Amino acid sequence: MRVEDLVEAIRFLETELPPDVEGRLRGALGRESGISRMVIEAILENVRYAKEKGVPMCQDTGILEFFVRCSNGHEEIRDKIAEALRRATREVPLRANTVNPFTRENEGTNLGRCHPIVHFEGRPLNEGDIEMDIIAKGAGSENVSASFMLDPMLGVEGIKNAVVQAVQKAGAKPCPPVVVGVGVGGNLERSAHLAKKALLRPLSEKNPNRNLAELEEELVGKVNALGIGPMGLGGETTTIGVLLEWGHCHTASLPVSVNIQCWALRRISLEWQGKNFRILR
Amino acid sequence: MDGRELSLKFNVNVRRLRTPLREEEIRSLRVGDVVYLSGTLYTMRDMAHVRALEVLRRGGKLPFDLRGEVIYHCGPLLKGEEVISAGPTTSMRMEGMEAELIRLTGLRGIIGKGGMGEKTAEALKKFGAVYMEFPGGAGALAARAINRVKEVHWRDLGDPEAVWLMEVEEFGPCVVTMDSSGEVFRKR
Repeated sequence: MRVEDLVEAIRFLETELPPDVEGRLRGALGRESGISRMVIEAILENVRYAKEKGVPMCQDTGILEFFVRCSNGHEEIRDKIAEALRRATREVPLRANTVNPFTRENEGTNLGRCHPIVHFEGRPLNEGDIEMDIIAKGAGSENVSASFMLDPMLGVEGIKNAVVQAVQKAGAKPCPPVVVGVGVGGNLERSAHLAKKALLRPLSEKNPNRNLAELEEELVGKVNALGIGPMGLGGETTTIGVLLEWGHCHTASLPVSVNIQCWALRRISLEWQGKNFRILR
Repeated sequence: MDGRELSLKFNVNVRRLRTPLREEEIRSLRVGDVVYLSGTLYTMRDMAHVRALEVLRRGGKLPFDLRGEVIYHCGPLLKGEEVISAGPTTSMRMEGMEAELIRLTGLRGIIGKGGMGEKTAEALKKFGAVYMEFPGGAGALAARAINRVKEVHWRDLGDPEAVWLMEVEEFGPCVVTMDSSGEVFRKR
């Protein structure tokens, strides 16, 4: 795995919106009119222009999170990711976003205590390969994301209400149309992890569980019925997709996390087979 | 697309304005109008608001004069002093400070995203200013309308929090969502 490959991948991540996300935004055009339609057109023009110029589509290049599957060499991979972030911050460039939470001091590297955020998630499909997903998440939408420890007696209705209420409370702040990542089960922090991880699934891929696929569709309907619309200026399209991940939880718990993602869902998948590097998108 | 074409296409009222702005220009803007702004924008977000109010409350003077000017809730992404991407940040974080800043500086416009609260709405009405929204996340599009950086102040706050004076041409679309008559676009 070469640091240069990673820097290039980060540039791609920040400058080109995944085609499935752009497709959903384009789909929203037909449903919107007036100012809401004008806003979606401006977003699409921004996406086109950022790609053409090779510049980050949003000035909030976010905090990057890395999901890695590899056979071994965790420390080396973490070091290379840190070096790639340091270089990408200068070269892409990325806005220096990470600060000390107490003093608000900014070292200007997008690194610091607990960074880079890397999750090692078991082994790759083929022994010796490295597989990696990266997501870049801005503060506007992360700030309105939330975790709930629900009463298990509330059941699926409770889950639905938590999602709809989180999006409603977020209103215009997370730059709608949003994608909603939902993590159900696990424990407090695992549900939050699942909600973030849910955002990695392409919008074109249905949930493999039929009941959950239906639940996702139902939640899209409920969220869009809120009428928040593009940039919160009203309209039919508050969300362009709800994605759900789940895990088992304690018999006395029902953890639910809602990760609200702005329209600029910047994610990318990478693969190293020996020396061969591929961006899978 | 020129203003007339835009107006027809989206059924909106398009206004082209140049800073500094006069009170009667601002008072003529209505919620739902779409503004394309030329002239100067002053980026001011969280820390710049805090510092400006510290200075003004002491009776001091800011190193830049905001009378008739437009501030922009934005923490730009720069390469040196070239603006690469510069969309708006969430305006509500400035709600607790904005009314006082309007009163003490005589600024005429605010650009941000997500809307602001009642205190700001009252100040806009009382002192004659408007709040406008540029599409959030459209940072590259915003940077395209920025010709150059004219000045930078308070860089010790860090580049995203510093005050960047940007020369802009046809910066928009900026939707007026709070006007100087007390009208607010969003029903809260």
